[in-house]
Amino acid sequence: MTMTLPTETRRRAMTTSANYDYSGAALDLRDLTLAYGDIEVVRKISLRVEPGTTTCIIGPSGSGKSTLLRGINRLHEPKSGDVLLDGGSTLAEQPDQLRRKIGMVFQHFNLFPDHTALENVALSPWKVKRLAKKEAFELAHARLDEVGLRERADHKPRDLSGGQQQRVAIARALAMEPQVMLFDEATSALDPELVNGVLNLMASLSGRGMTMVVVTHEMGFARRAANQVVFMDEGQIVETGTPEEIFDRPQSARLQRFLSEVL
Amino acid sequence: MDLLDNLTKTFFDFQAMADVLPQLLQVGLVNTLVISLAATAIGCVLGMMIALMGISPLRWLRWPARVYTDLFRGLPAILTILLIGQGFARFSQQLFGPSPYPLGIIALSLISSAYIGEIFRAGILAVDKGQLEACRALGMGYGRAMRLVVVPQGIRRVLPALVNQFISIVKDSSLVYFLGLLVSERELFRVGQDAAVLSGNLSPLVLAGLFYLIVTVPLTHLVNYFDQRFRTGRRKAAPPVSGLREVAELETAGTAESR
Repeated sequence: MTMTLPTETRRRAMTTSANYDYSGAALDLRDLTLAYGDIEVVRKISLRVEPGTTTCIIGPSGSGKSTLLRGINRLHEPKSGDVLLDGGSTLAEQPDQLRRKIGMVFQHFNLFPDHTALENVALSPWKVKRLAKKEAFELAHARLDEVGLRERADHKPRDLSGGQQQRVAIARALAMEPQVMLFDEATSALDPELVNGVLNLMASLSGRGMTMVVVTHEMGFARRAANQVVFMDEGQIVETGTPEEIFDRPQSARLQRFLSEVL
Repeated sequence: MDLLDNLTKTFFDFQAMADVLPQLLQVGLVNTLVISLAATAIGCVLGMMIALMGISPLRWLRWPARVYTDLFRGLPAILTILLIGQGFARFSQQLFGPSPYPLGIIALSLISSAYIGEIFRAGILAVDKGQLEACRALGMGYGRAMRLVVVPQGIRRVLPALVNQFISIVKDSSLVYFLGLLVSERELFRVGQDAAVLSGNLSPLVLAGLFYLIVTVPLTHLVNYFDQRFRTGRRKAAPPVSGLREVAELETAGTAESR
C-alpha cells in the first residue's frame, strides 16, 4: 500500500474489493496480427508483459499502437496469433468473457452521458457481473473514492472536467476488477493542466501491482512509470527495452529519429 | 356582401357547429386519439424491431427490414389502409369481430412503424460509436450494450421526430373512415363529414379541423421546445472554474500522489 488515503476511505475500499492491492496477470502476445480487410496494420507482434508491470507503447501515428491494444481485448478480432493471460490461451474464450478480465480506458473517455459518475462505474458490475445492486453501488463508491471523485458521484459526465471524466472512466474499468488494464492515449484529449493528475493516478495503479499496457505520447510518463517501453512503427515492434535503454540509448535509426522529434 | 354572407354560412354556421360539438368531443376526438395513440404505440414497438434489424451486422436481418421500410413508406397511406382493411377483413372478423376498427389501427401501425423505424435507426446510428465500444470493453454483449446504453441515448435524441410522427399519424387516422366505421367508432373527420351532410354546409368539418389543430399545434410547439432543450442541453450556466482548482483538490485528496 503506497497510497496515503484517509483510513475511512481505505477501509471502505478494502471491504468492497478483495484485491485493493492489485494482482495483475501476466500478458503474452504471440505473433498477433491484425488487419483491416487485406491490409495488415499489426504484423506478428510478440510481447511479454510481466504480472504487475507496466509496458508503454510509443511510436508515430499510424504505427498500429491503438489497433494492437484493441487486438488484446478483441475489440478488433485478430487475424492470427494469440493472447495469453497468465500463460493460458484466450483464443477459445468468448470475447465478452475475456473483456471482463481486461479493462480499457479510451482517449475520449466514452462515459455514458445519461448516467451519473456513480452509475457509470456501477453499471457493469451490476449488469454484467450480476452483483446485487447495493453491492455494485458500494463497489462503485469505493472505486470513485480511489480516483478522488467521491464528491462527484452524482454528477453527470457533462458536469465534470475532462480529467474527472477520465478518472471516472478508469474507476469504471477498475470496477470489473480486471487483471490487465489497457490505456489508449488516455491523456491526449485532456487540458494540459489536468494531464498529470490522470498520469499520477495511472502510475499509482501501476505501483500497486496492476498489469498495464499504455499507449501514450507522454514520454515523461513512459520514462517514469514504465517497466518496459516498446517502440512500434509500421505495425511492428522496432525496439523494446527498459525506459533507460529506449530513451537514453536508442539503437535503431527510426527510434532515434522519433525521439528527436518528440522530445 | 352577398359573397361574405355565403362564406359565413358555408364555413361558420355556428348552429351546425354547436349541434355537432358533443359528438365531435365524445366520439370523434376520443376515437381519433385512441386510433392515433394505439397506432403510435404499436408503431414504436414494430419500428424499434425494424430499426434494430436494420442496423444488425447480419445481412439476413438487414434486408427484410429494408424491404419492409421501402414498402410501407413508398405506398400511399390510403392504399395500404384499404389493402389491409379489406384484404384481411375475414381474419379480423374471427379475431376482433365485424368492426374494421382494429384493422385500421394495424394498417396505420404498419405505415407508422416504417417511418418510426427509420427515425430510431437514424437516432441509434447517431450515437457515438465509442459508447458501444466502451460497453463491449466492459464485457457487455452486443444486445445488452444496445439495450442499456446505446438505444436509450438514440431514443432520447429522436423524441422530437417521434412527436412529429405522432402528428402525422393523427392526421392520417382520418383515412380509416374508408373502411366504413360503426357510428360509435367514427373519428373526427367522419363525424364532421356526416354532420356536414345533414347541415348542408361545411361548418361541422371546419370544427373538426379545429379539433385537429387543437391536438397538433401544441404538439408542434412541444417539438420546438424539445429541440431547443436537446440542442442547448440542460446545463445551467455556471461561473467558470479554473482547472488549477481541480489540480489542488486532487492533491489534497491524496490520490494524485505518485508512487
